[in-house]
Amino acid sequence: MAYRVIHYINQFFGGIGGEEKADIAPEVRDGVAGPGMGLAKLLGDKAEIVATIICGDNYCVGNQEEVGKFIVDTLKKYNADALIAGPAFNAGRYGMASGFACSAAAAAGYTTLTGMYPENPGVELYKANTYIVPTTDSAAGMGKALPVMAALFAKILSGEKLGTAEAEGYIERGVRINTFYEEVGAERAVAMLLKKIKGEPFTTEYKMPVFDRVTPRPGVKDLSKATIALVTSGGIVPMGNPDHIAASSARNYGGYEIDGVTDLVSGKYQTAHGGYDQTYANQDPDRVLPVDVLRDLEKEGKIGKLYHTFYTTVGNGTAVGNAKKWGEEIGKQLKDNNVQAVILTST
Amino acid sequence: MNLELHKVAVRQLAFGAKTGVSNGVLTVNKEELKALLLKDDRLAAVEFDLAHPGDSTRIMPVKDAIEPRCKLEGQGEVFPGFIGPVESVGSGKTLVLEGMAVLTTGRLVAPQEGIVDMTGPGAPYTPFSQTCNLVVVLTPREDIKLHHAEETCRMAGLKTAHYLASQCKAAKADHTESYDFPPLTQAMQAYPGLPKVAYVYMLQSQGLLHDTWVYGVDAKRTLPTLISPTETMDGAIISGNCVSACDKNNTYVHLNNPIIKALYKRHGKEINFVGVVITNENVTLADKQRSSSYAIKLAEMLGVDAAVISEEGFGNPDADLVLNCVKAEKAGIKTVLVTDEYAGANGASQSLADSCQEGNAVVTGGNANETIVLPPMAKVIGDIGQADVIAGGFFGSKRPDGSLEVEIQAILAATNELGFSKIGAYTI
Repeated sequence: MAYRVIHYINQFFGGIGGEEKADIAPEVRDGVAGPGMGLAKLLGDKAEIVATIICGDNYCVGNQEEVGKFIVDTLKKYNADALIAGPAFNAGRYGMASGFACSAAAAAGYTTLTGMYPENPGVELYKANTYIVPTTDSAAGMGKALPVMAALFAKILSGEKLGTAEAEGYIERGVRINTFYEEVGAERAVAMLLKKIKGEPFTTEYKMPVFDRVTPRPGVKDLSKATIALVTSGGIVPMGNPDHIAASSARNYGGYEIDGVTDLVSGKYQTAHGGYDQTYANQDPDRVLPVDVLRDLEKEGKIGKLYHTFYTTVGNGTAVGNAKKWGEEIGKQLKDNNVQAVILTST
Repeated sequence: MNLELHKVAVRQLAFGAKTGVSNGVLTVNKEELKALLLKDDRLAAVEFDLAHPGDSTRIMPVKDAIEPRCKLEGQGEVFPGFIGPVESVGSGKTLVLEGMAVLTTGRLVAPQEGIVDMTGPGAPYTPFSQTCNLVVVLTPREDIKLHHAEETCRMAGLKTAHYLASQCKAAKADHTESYDFPPLTQAMQAYPGLPKVAYVYMLQSQGLLHDTWVYGVDAKRTLPTLISPTETMDGAIISGNCVSACDKNNTYVHLNNPIIKALYKRHGKEINFVGVVITNENVTLADKQRSSSYAIKLAEMLGVDAAVISEEGFGNPDADLVLNCVKAEKAGIKTVLVTDEYAGANGASQSLADSCQEGNAVVTGGNANETIVLPPMAKVIGDIGQADVIAGGFFGSKRPDGSLEVEIQAILAATNELGFSKIGAYTI
């Protein structure tokens, strides 16, 4: 049985118009349109393009929630198995739209693939969520792109286990997948060491990451007028952990008001952190989040005031991707509320 | 030093009148063992249960896994500083009950150690789905402090393991393994032309229930030192961990360190395995700097060409791993690192909390954040109520039908960083 596929393209490849039509809302047409014709031929009896979604690039980028829902509803309506988008070449917004379309479908559990030029901004934004085949920078490369897209798509649809990006010809997604190797880790380690000693080529199982570096801000000139906030990855929460922050690999953070709170007392606050012995933090939560000391400094006039809300999460095994997102959100809230400095406590 | 491991195969466990092994069946006298453990008056109750490979049984939360061992000949006794006196071990003959493990469980501290499923999709992630397990269900007295409860449970596991082996001293070994560790003068002259290799064995010592003990000494109070690999086989290193079960080295994996095994396998053929350096993973920067410098200095004093470095835990100890790697490579010692990853549930985050370009040869135990649904089991030993707060669980982990949705982080030894199992990861 052939897999049922929805093809996502933009207004230009859908034959509606160019830049002036980039604001059109998504619409769906039965069967193929534009590059879908070539794609359908290449997919042959392995997969059938049952419908095509055409959407203006600007509309998609600006109305993601609505377009995402439209895509998933269409997949359901056509009883489809997968979504293929583009190729978008080096068209920036089309790349972002194609990447988004695949992401939305993938999040709902559908198989997805798109194609674009490796430097298209859509690659960096969405490569973790979907397979992207590298294409040339312009539509002149259509003839070359479609067979590669069709072949890889068919392979993914068949459920065949994919190899590395290099072996299969897609853009590396940067996603780590667990697998069971032939040998235990210790044997693999000693075998790798022998190759390294002999100067033979070897392949590391994990390429060490290159980190973002943040330049520290200059010091606060006059603390006595500054609003200082407390933010922690040490998991201090009101008793009962109302937002259910997990003990490890947190999925959320919390913000809690401390107006009028001069001391985090045992029984009213606790830690949700599972990476350290909770005994001492639960005895006196100020040990992790020093509200008591900051209230003293406030009273002594050494700081202007303590910000009315503290933000907290658990830093234990929490994905850097999540931490970064939450950090940006917390930072924005603090900045919008004229907080001059933040004391970050960890454990 | 020479140590012979006399391995008696255990294929089935049973309760009975007399503790002993016969034809692969280990019989346990529950009452006798219970009386032994209850001599510790900090325990309110002890129960026992059995779990065999393939059983529809879930054990959680498991604190430690221990392989039963005892000395047959030679100085000291296994688990020195806890069971044996603080005498050097690692020579003579040691009896091993192979194919089984003692698992300690019960509500100890929260959040705490991991899950063992004897069948189903979770089973391949833990080596203890393949062993016959005597489960010791412990209830410490409510009025004792947390840290004493941990100690009590740790000791109960070691006592049980030693008791079982001691009752089987007359059993004939199914096979014997011999490990030799010569004096350094001989080791250095042996196998000219083969590269000299050391093992840098990092021990979890962040403290507060992330602890490891060496000859009864808390590893965070030690300087890096040399240890004979045969000493590890007699239980010189034991686990005091209670947190994040996937990549803490339980006592069983210390006793059966696969990196030591893999190095011995190639010893005299492709490499000259000249030593093991144990080092710790303390939380302060000064400690990290001191320990990494000292550990690598010891490796330099051994004059080694290369070293395998294994981490224990994640996050904070990633810094120790990186320091060890950078210092070794700077000293001209080629390294392979063994670690695991926290790349997020979608696998797209960076996997380590610290990094160095010198770390160009890494073996990984996989992404601990990968989620898995563990279907309900016919029997649960321990306390399934811990699923929401276990490290690797989250609120809602325990589903109404008895299944659990957890990260593999919650599974005992799932991403073990001694390279105990076949799991790894690759980038797509």
